[in-house]
Amino acid sequence: MGKAPKKRNLADKVRKTKTSTEIKNNPFEVKINRKKFDILGRKSKHDVGLPGVSRSKAINKRKETLLKEYKQKNKSNKLIDRRFGEYDTKMAPEDKILQRFAMERQRVHDKKDVYNLNEEEELTHYGQSLAEMEKFNDLVNSDDESEEKGLLSAELTASHFGGGGGLLKKKTSGDQQEEEGNQRAKSRQELIEELIQKSKQEKRERQVQKEEAQELTEKLDQEWKSIQALMVKKTPKGEDKPEEKPKLEEYDMRVRELGFEMKAQPSEKMKTPEELAREAKEKLQKLEADRLRRMMGDEVGDSAQSQVHMSADDLNDGFILDKEDKKTLSYQDGKWNIGEESGDDKDEDEEGGESDEEDDGDEEEEEGEEEEENDEEQDEEEEEQEGGSEEGGSEEEEDGHSDLDSEQESEDGERKQEDEETRAKPSKSLSKEELKAQQEAAKAELPYTFTAPESYSDLKDLLHGHTPDNQRIIVARTQKCNHPSLAAGNKLKLQKLFGFLSEYIGELATRSPPELATIDRLIPEMYTLCQTFPDAACKAMQTVLGDAGHSMEEVLEVKGHVAFPTLDMLIYLKVTALLFPTSDFRHPVTTPALLYISQALTKCPVRSLQDVTSGLVLCCLAVEYVSFSKRFMPELINFLAGTLHLAVQDKTSLGYTVVPPFRPSGKCSDLLVLSDYESCKSWSKKSLPLSATHHMDLRNDLDRDHHRLMCLSTCLDLVKRCCLLYKDLVSFTCIFQPIRTLLSKHLSSQTLPELLQELYGEILETISSAPVTHARLVLDKKKPIPLKLLTPKIVEVLDYGKKRGSTREEREKERLKHKYKKEFKGALREIRKDSRFLAREKLSEVMNRDAERKRKVKELFGSLATQEGEWKALKRRKRK
Amino acid sequence: MAPAKKRNVSLSKTTQQSVKKAKTDLNGKVDSILESRKHANDVFDILEVLESEKEKDVVSAVDACSKLFCALLERKELFVGKLPVEEDALSGEYSAEQKYHMFMRHRYNSCVEILLEHLSHELHEVKESALCCLMKFAAGEGQHPLEDLDWSEHYSFPRELIQAVMDRLLSKTTDNSLLISRFQEFLEMDDVRFYVISSIRENVGKVMDKSKGAALPVYQSNVFTLMSNISVPSQQSELTNFMVKQEAKHKDWKAANLNEHKRVFERMWLGFLKHKLPSNMYKKVLVILHDSILPHMSKPTLMIDFLTAAYEVGGAISLLALNGLFVLIHQHNLDYPDFYKKLYNLLDPSIFHVKYRARFFHLANLFLSSSHLPVYLVAAFAKRLARLALTAPPTALLIVLPFIYNLIRRHPSCRVLIHKPSTEDEPLEDPYLMDEEDPAQCCALESSLWEIKTLQKHHHPDVAKAAMLINTPLPEKEDDISEVLEITTYELMERDLKQKQIKSIPLEFETATQLLKGGGGGDVLAQHFCLD
Repeated sequence: MGKAPKKRNLADKVRKTKTSTEIKNNPFEVKINRKKFDILGRKSKHDVGLPGVSRSKAINKRKETLLKEYKQKNKSNKLIDRRFGEYDTKMAPEDKILQRFAMERQRVHDKKDVYNLNEEEELTHYGQSLAEMEKFNDLVNSDDESEEKGLLSAELTASHFGGGGGLLKKKTSGDQQEEEGNQRAKSRQELIEELIQKSKQEKRERQVQKEEAQELTEKLDQEWKSIQALMVKKTPKGEDKPEEKPKLEEYDMRVRELGFEMKAQPSEKMKTPEELAREAKEKLQKLEADRLRRMMGDEVGDSAQSQVHMSADDLNDGFILDKEDKKTLSYQDGKWNIGEESGDDKDEDEEGGESDEEDDGDEEEEEGEEEEENDEEQDEEEEEQEGGSEEGGSEEEEDGHSDLDSEQESEDGERKQEDEETRAKPSKSLSKEELKAQQEAAKAELPYTFTAPESYSDLKDLLHGHTPDNQRIIVARTQKCNHPSLAAGNKLKLQKLFGFLSEYIGELATRSPPELATIDRLIPEMYTLCQTFPDAACKAMQTVLGDAGHSMEEVLEVKGHVAFPTLDMLIYLKVTALLFPTSDFRHPVTTPALLYISQALTKCPVRSLQDVTSGLVLCCLAVEYVSFSKRFMPELINFLAGTLHLAVQDKTSLGYTVVPPFRPSGKCSDLLVLSDYESCKSWSKKSLPLSATHHMDLRNDLDRDHHRLMCLSTCLDLVKRCCLLYKDLVSFTCIFQPIRTLLSKHLSSQTLPELLQELYGEILETISSAPVTHARLVLDKKKPIPLKLLTPKIVEVLDYGKKRGSTREEREKERLKHKYKKEFKGALREIRKDSRFLAREKLSEVMNRDAERKRKVKELFGSLATQEGEWKALKRRKRK
Repeated sequence: MAPAKKRNVSLSKTTQQSVKKAKTDLNGKVDSILESRKHANDVFDILEVLESEKEKDVVSAVDACSKLFCALLERKELFVGKLPVEEDALSGEYSAEQKYHMFMRHRYNSCVEILLEHLSHELHEVKESALCCLMKFAAGEGQHPLEDLDWSEHYSFPRELIQAVMDRLLSKTTDNSLLISRFQEFLEMDDVRFYVISSIRENVGKVMDKSKGAALPVYQSNVFTLMSNISVPSQQSELTNFMVKQEAKHKDWKAANLNEHKRVFERMWLGFLKHKLPSNMYKKVLVILHDSILPHMSKPTLMIDFLTAAYEVGGAISLLALNGLFVLIHQHNLDYPDFYKKLYNLLDPSIFHVKYRARFFHLANLFLSSSHLPVYLVAAFAKRLARLALTAPPTALLIVLPFIYNLIRRHPSCRVLIHKPSTEDEPLEDPYLMDEEDPAQCCALESSLWEIKTLQKHHHPDVAKAAMLINTPLPEKEDDISEVLEITTYELMERDLKQKQIKSIPLEFETATQLLKGGGGGDVLAQHFCLD
């Protein structure tokens, strides 16, 4: 069934092509549609038409359908063809014929041979019995036939195609003797008979030969069979056979098994350290590009989205692709990696360039990599956890340290990366680990699970009385135990935990003495929590900043000035910088934080050495905040200049203006003037403690002077950093004019330690080396608005025949409209043609009918005329 | 501790009881005095209590006194006219009735004296009740004058009493601002106000002459508090509220004449301001000058000297004097030479940090809104403001930048400051002279506003965006400065803090490991500070 239509189609096609080529060759049938333009690349289907053919086709079709209908019109009677499958269009005609034949035979058979038991009908093929053919005696038959067919004896050809001439010739040449005897007897008929006889004889001979050969082969077969039995017994194969069979099965089974087995996937190539490093670098560059884009202040949304991409496998468990990422970032003068690349060898440079280019295009790929790394991280983490639980049974102390160890590892990694070494991690010394473990064992053992604190006091109770390290472990374990994937409410709990932690940090900073070491230990936990719940972290920090800003504003409104922020606020500001990017053009947390710093630097009067220290911490923070983006912060410069002003001894002729909160002269304007210049000699630079911002015990003048010198050196270093940061600003010299005057005219005359003198020199050099001249300001060039042009707009069209400049839906609508129009026109045309055809048919019918009538009338007239004539003749005859 | 406390408690209990008793006593005595003259001598008891140490007793005694003497005044049982000395009165041939009146008048006078002394009492309660009592007496005296009034120009107003109250109120040693604010309710009455004003003037003249030019901060602040509370009504018809009603010759009464009020008011201020003032007093005066002094003066131009002197002082005082000067220039046709030059020289970094920043920029905006100003001047202002903007906090920058843009918009020839396509492209040094005092000489027009270019890198996004405007031609419409004048840093912070539609918060991608390490630009904090 399935094959038949195909066949027919093929046949039709062949027939059609045949006719079409014939027709096409006929120039009278072909109509060529003239093209106005030759359009390159367009395939035209309708350049040649065959109007005659298509018309006849149409007419034939109508005759088959419309005419029939017309003929059947107003007729209630109908001829129904009851032949099998007559109206079944699905059936192939061959099938129909076959079926009909079978049915016919069955009917005949049923009637005749109902009682015929033995006799079977003999099946024939080409008139020969099939039963006989089944014997396959006639093996050489085909050969025979070909031989027979290929036999082209001269005689035969002559007899067949010679037109009888040959035979006549023969007769004239070869049988001359008989010519004399029976010339008449040997007529053409006789010759033919003779020929037939000859061929029959030949045939008989050949048949005999064949039979003989047949017999011989049969004989040979029998003989072979007898021999074969012997041979079979002798060969050892006969014994192997039964063994071989199961073997084969096994093999098959194996093969099948292999076939059904999961095919081994090509595994990820093990990455070489170089590749890993490059990947890390590329990712960093991408992140960095993001950061830069945010810094410029455009398209914040995009970058943010790309950053928080989560893979499908991500469990939202706060694992951040990090560890090795963080180290290779090398910054030089705020330009990421550019300086470094130029410093590095060309190879790396190229890589950088490539990756830059790839950045845009291969985001997906990179995301994929991210996912991978995520997974890797997770795996690692899981291993770590597993390891922890395993160890938990045997060596609890070890477990307690697993986090720290991993931390250490990462630090190791960091160091390694910094050295740009790509060797495997150096295995840590066991002894150190053991030592640590012992130490840990000595301490009180910590439980392994913690419930997440529901309130701030819960957290405080939880952490109370533990060492900083243990506090960190507790927080880390709390985080793990209350992982969002473990229970439904955990996410909320951990989000709260961040708020509590930040509150806790604030409290730690306000204690006296401040427990800064604990804060330091808690920072990584804060960071991970922040990465997991950015929204909660953002909210928490915003509240802290908002409250601080609000209270400062309130005090300002009442008093006009305000005390310096306390240590906890300074810590909060620093933590903000650690958790959120400071370089963004606008960021919901860091922008207010920087504003807060700026306000503190402008509104807080400096009244004591503590105030100076607090101010300098704020300045440090401010420098950190703006160092990536190199943003200009007037308050910072003002404050630094003011601080330097505090160290000026002689305040009579200044030559610069002091900006509030500092005053040119007054009660607290000599804070940094040394009481005794001898103390310079015993001074050496070391770090100031952060706690000095709110509490200091300086017993004597020497201590105080040392502190002053510390402040001065810090201040000068910050000035130096600022110089480098703002070197590219247009008004650089104006900005640093007061500082320059301060340093060159006032401070340099004082005897200060050499270290400070050196710093002066550097700063002054930087300031004086800056360019003083600038190009004039010009507005950005704007594209001129073009005049309205009347010439046609020429657009390069690349996709012909496609409508552009609309959405998909519109295009689809257009297409459907067009199609409908086409169809409608076509239908109209068809209907017209139909009616024309019918009219023609009707006309011809009428004409036929008229002609018939005419003929009949004529006939009648004729018969009447003859009748009349006969009658007249009879009359005439009678008259005669 | 405990026994002492107990003692205290018991003590207070006893005092309470005694106060109660005293009160009932005093009230009984007052009633008895008023009932019959037999008990007239009880008044000595009352006066004795009035002078006692116990504050509560004093207060109740003051109440009793006010009740007693007000009733007596009403009954006209106090002697009217020139009072003879007490001994004479008793020995002289007066009727018993007259003698009683004289006796009571003497008691009244001594009571007033004690009350005046109480005005400088330590305790506010005492002061306050004494003041109220005195004012009641004044009202009573106004109704039932104790003098013969035929010859007096002040009609029946107890001028001496008011004068005496003023002398006490304007103390040289104690800050009476609370009492003065209590006194304000009496200033509602037009005649009281009138006589208070004139007595202040007299008092100031007297005291300051004595001090010989030296400033008396406490006294002056008292005077200022009192004077700043005085406001003259703007229309004659509003003069209706009098403490003492004058039936006859009301029209001629000075206290009922608005112009007289204004004249006295003006003389009071001029009298006060002609003496040397401490600088914070200067500021206070200047702050209220334009809206509570100048409009109430009959000749505001008399203030010119004071204002120009203040304008010359420099700093914040000059800024504040601007407001008064503006009123004079604007409404009273004052011609002030070199006004703009002085305004130009007022511009220094501190204008961005002082409290009166909003007021200053509001006025400067007004002064520079004139389109008849020369270009060089406007350019000089723009350039100087831009230069100063390099030291300004973000809130000030949000004022200054639109301010400069408005200047450029009003004076299109100043556009060269931000757009000067020069023929030769060679860079040049800033020709502007910051130290030059004359705006005509400072070469501002030859310069460009590179400072604004610098501010495009400002740390606050709003400021940076505002500074970006100079990259493109400025839009025609002027910026409304009044919106940003009062903006505070916290409001700026809130813009970011209260932002709702944050899609996702960008995070730091460098892992934080330690407090001092990382976060922004390296380890600046770690280099200079350590944890412990």
